[in-house]
Formats: sequence, structure tokens, C-alpha cells
Amino acid sequence: MNLFAIIGEALRALRQNRLRSGLTMLGMIIGVAAVVLMLSIGQGARTKINETIAAMGSNLFIVVPGATSSGGFSFGSGSIRTLTINDAYAIAELSSISATAPITSGTVQLNYAAKNWSTIITGTTPNYFAVGNWKMESGTAFTESDLRSAARLAVLGSVTAKNLFGDEDPIGKTIRITNRPFMVAGVLMAKGQSLTGRDQDDAVFIPITTSERQVTGNQFPGSIRYMLVQAKSADDMDIAEIEITQLLRQRHRIAQGKENDFTVRNLTAIADVATDAAKVMSIVLGAIASVSLLVGGIGIMNIMLVSVTERTREIGIRMAIGANQRAILTQFLLEAMMICIMGGLIGLLLGIGGAWLVSQFADMLIVITLGMIGLAFLFSSAIGIFFGFYPAKKAASLKPVDALRYE
Amino acid sequence: MSSIQATHSANPLIQIENLCKSYSLQDANGKTITTQVLFNINLTINQGEFVAIMGHSGSGKSTLMNILGCLDTPTSGSYWLSGRNVAALSSNELAHVRNQSIGFVFQGFNLLKRMTALDNVATPLLYAGVNRANSRKQALEFLRRTGLENFAMHQPNQLSGGQQQRVAISRALINHPPLILADEPTGNLDTQTSSEIMLLFEQLNRDQGITIVLVTHEDDIAAYAKRLIRLKDGHIIVDKNNTVATTLHEVT
Repeated sequence: MNLFAIIGEALRALRQNRLRSGLTMLGMIIGVAAVVLMLSIGQGARTKINETIAAMGSNLFIVVPGATSSGGFSFGSGSIRTLTINDAYAIAELSSISATAPITSGTVQLNYAAKNWSTIITGTTPNYFAVGNWKMESGTAFTESDLRSAARLAVLGSVTAKNLFGDEDPIGKTIRITNRPFMVAGVLMAKGQSLTGRDQDDAVFIPITTSERQVTGNQFPGSIRYMLVQAKSADDMDIAEIEITQLLRQRHRIAQGKENDFTVRNLTAIADVATDAAKVMSIVLGAIASVSLLVGGIGIMNIMLVSVTERTREIGIRMAIGANQRAILTQFLLEAMMICIMGGLIGLLLGIGGAWLVSQFADMLIVITLGMIGLAFLFSSAIGIFFGFYPAKKAASLKPVDALRYE
Repeated sequence: MSSIQATHSANPLIQIENLCKSYSLQDANGKTITTQVLFNINLTINQGEFVAIMGHSGSGKSTLMNILGCLDTPTSGSYWLSGRNVAALSSNELAHVRNQSIGFVFQGFNLLKRMTALDNVATPLLYAGVNRANSRKQALEFLRRTGLENFAMHQPNQLSGGQQQRVAISRALINHPPLILADEPTGNLDTQTSSEIMLLFEQLNRDQGITIVLVTHEDDIAAYAKRLIRLKDGHIIVDKNNTVATTLHEVT
């Protein structure tokens, strides 16, 4: 008997019992839809994190001033300002380092015409934009000579620019930062949220010299809040960490055996942790969804067993008119597989639809890959074969004389 | 298989030697109880014969029929069908023999439910490897021969008993088997329809030389056959030419 004929027989059997086939299929539909939805959400989260990490810049260290303690109380990192702009310049000279960007920051009120906006101000050097992987939307960043002259130039984050200027072009316009006039030199391209969830585009950047002397002021001149350090390559990260630590201990005259008054954090390592977390999350989501697929598979096995018992006489008749064991086995296996594959396809469409809905209403990034679709398809066929085999085997191994006599 | 139809009276289609069949059952104490149903059956049926097997229930006639139909295997002895010892065949080979060499007609018709008469008749061809379009074409031809071409698209539950049995006969004939086994084929039919069905068998036997083996417990049905075999308690007690048949249905 050729395979097409058996496929026809199997399809006919499924059509003869539409309600039952449909309900059985529902188990597969829900299972596959859940798997696709969960995988796409997980994949979306991973993609989002990877984008954020790429936007953050690569091979980065963040160096923050150390913690102070007084009378047994620790005040947390940054509570004293031991790092200076000159530390940053000195670190930039190290062989493993490509650039550094010292940073001071505070919260300021910006004014333009009748609009005002409160945001975080960052005083830094022109290197910051390269190190932090920022791109200009329009205009230019400030330069080394602007830094030396403490020029009143500002670079706006996209959110800040939108809030102050709306559709107006901000380049060359004068804004007031804590009532001092600054010219807008450039607007940055949007970068979105940081790994910690802060909106990185709600910001304004000015030369660190200007910031220290004219805007936020500084209790300890020359000190900075933290600095970004970029190593030349990923391979240099370990050496760079050692070199930075040695140099800073030397510059800060820290005696041997005493603790550092600064902390060097490897941002790439932090990013790796975030990536791993996202990976674990998508595996967990996928595993939970797989359970529903498994339950669907067991449902199919159950229904196929009932079906074999119910159709014992039909099996007997088919055997009497010449069906061999393989033909019976193939027919029942195909019935189970068709339920799975059809359910899988419908579930796939529902899963994609659900993922689209989630992306529309929950504002989440959803990623559906061809691999995912292939996986769902393979998985549902595999379930069909796995859970369909035993009932099919049972049908095929019936003795013709017993099956025919079955009431 | 068609070579078998070259009829020769001395050419045995079925040859059974010392055939025994027993069933083993376990009773409540786990003891095995063996019940012997057929005892040393020796039987030869030539091509073109029309044989009626009679006997009371429990006489072993159904068991003999199942073995003749390759639905069951004997416990011992040999069974030669068209010169082939089918007692030694595997289940797949038996399926092939049933498909190609034997046509079944049952008391309860045994048509596949929720399938049209046409598809019912075509199914043995599908198992023989013929494609669906071809098998349907042939099936329609066989339905036409039994006068049912207008009912081809009807399902069994839309047909009368006589029509269902004629569908079943068409299905039995479609692979041109040399042997038709009919197990109480008129058991569920009224007298008028019964005689129509029996005349159809008679015609198939006469015109196409198909060997027909019929199980029945009704004398007037057995009367259509040319040879009568009577079973009792697993033994053949009568095997004779059917004198009634030769007088009432003599054809030349």
C-alpha cells in the first residue's frame, strides 16, 4: 500500500471524528503556542540586553572612588572623592588602555524659551562619546580646546532635546543651565535604557572643566565622581585591571597591605552576567511551556489508545481485506502525527500572533526566528511519533481473528 | 494469482492434512486448560467447487473457516492454498494472501463505517498498492456488476441489508481472488434477499469459476452448494455431493 493512500485513510479517520480530533489537537495547539510565545519573549529579552550592551561600549571598566568608614560605619563607594581628573589622564597613558573619560555629575534645571526640564548633567571630556559608544544625531561634540577654555557648550541627549525644543532644531540655540547661557553644540542619537533601567537619553553633557567651575561646583577641585576606562581589546582586560590598580595605588600613595581607596569594576563582566540571566530566563520559560506540550502529547496517546480499542473491529476488517501490520501501524501513527503537525502549525500561528500582541501592548521586544519555527515543527512531529507509536503498535499487533470477533 | 483460475477439476485449491486447532486458556488458579476444537481434519477442495460447511454452534466450523481464511493459524497440520503451505507464513505474508487470494463475505457485512460503498470496495486495491484514482475506477465497475452503481456514494448505514451484502461481495471480488469465503452470508437477511444473494454466488461460481466455501446452518441455503461438509465436535462427519443441489440447481 502506498503512503499517499495511507495518508488519505488517516485523514479520513480524523475527519470522521472532528470533535475528538479538534479537542486532541487543542492540547498541541496550546503547547506549541506557549513554547513559541515563551521562546520569542526570551529571545527578545536576550536581543534587547545584547543591544544595550553593544550601546554601552565594549571592553569597559568603571573606576569609582572607594568607600570611607568612620567609627565603624561604612558610607559606601564614592563617599569620598579620591579620584581626580589627573588620575584619569594618567590611566589613559597605560599601554593596555585606549581611552579614559572622567565624569562629574549632578541634577540641573534647563531652560529654553518658556520650557524647562530637569535632568542629569554630566561633565566629561570629549573621549566620553567614543568610549561610551555614543553617536551624534546632529551637530558636534565639544573638543579638547573647548575643554581647556571651559567653553559653555552643551550636548543634549535625545529625550532632553525633545522636551526642550520639540520639533525645533536645537543646534546653535542658547539654553540656560542653572541660569547660565550655554550653546547647544550637538544632539546625541537615542540609546535607550541602560542595564539598570535608567533612560540614558535624558541627559545633558558639558565639558568637565566648565561643570566644575561654573555649574555644579566642586568641594574638592579636580576630583571626579567616577571614570570610564576603555581597554584596547578584550584580551587586554585582565592586564588593564592590574595596571589600573597598581597605578592608582601608586598615585594615591597607598601603603602595602592597606585597602584600595577606589574600586575597578569590569562592565563587560557585569554585561555577561546580564546575558547569562537572560539566557537562563529563556530556558526556564521554554521549559515551562514544554510541560504543556508534554501534557498535549499524553492527551494524544490517551485518545489514540481509546481510538484503537473503539476501532478494533475496523482494524480486523482492514486486516481481513489485506492490510498488513505495517499498513495498520503507519495509519495510526500518521493519525497521531497529523494531529500533532496540524496542531503544531495552528499553535505556531497563534504563538506568533500572541507574540505580536505582547509586543504591541506590553512594549516588549519580541524576536521570532526561523529556527524557533523549525524547532516547534520538529518537536510536534516528534511528539506525534513518540506518543503515537505505542497505540499504533497495539493496533498493528492485534490478531485478525480476535479483532474481527471484537464487539 | 490469475493462473489459478485456469480451472481443472483435479487441481486442488485447498488441501488440508491432519489439521488440529486447540486453544489454551488459564483458569482462575493459573492452571492451563487446553480445549481442542478441530481434530485431524483432512479436506481437499478443488478449483471451481461450491462447498457448504454445516454444523451446530461449537462444531468448529467457524474455526475451520478462520483458518481457511488465513485469519487464524492451525496448531498443527498443514494447509496448502494454491500449492503453498500457508501454515508456515508470516503475518505479513498472510496479509498478502488474504488480499490477493481470498475474498471474505461476513454475516454482519463488516463494511467500514462512514465510508462510501465505492471506497469500501476500493480498499483492498489500496492495500494491493493501486493508486486511489485507479482503485475507484475499478470499484465502480464492480459495483456496476452487482447493480449498485447508483449507490456508490452512499454510506453503509444508508443501504439495505441486501445492498450492503452486495457491496461486501463486490469488495471480496475486486482483487480477482480464486476463493470466496462466506460466513453465514444470509444470516442477517430476509428470505427474498437471501435467495438473491445465493443466486449471485451461484452465478459467480458457474460463470467465473470462483471457488466458494460457505458456512451456514440453514439447509435451504446449503442447498445452493454442490458439495456438503458437516462438522460435529471438531470432526468431519459428512462429506458428500449435494444431491438436492444437483437436482434443483442443475445447470449445463
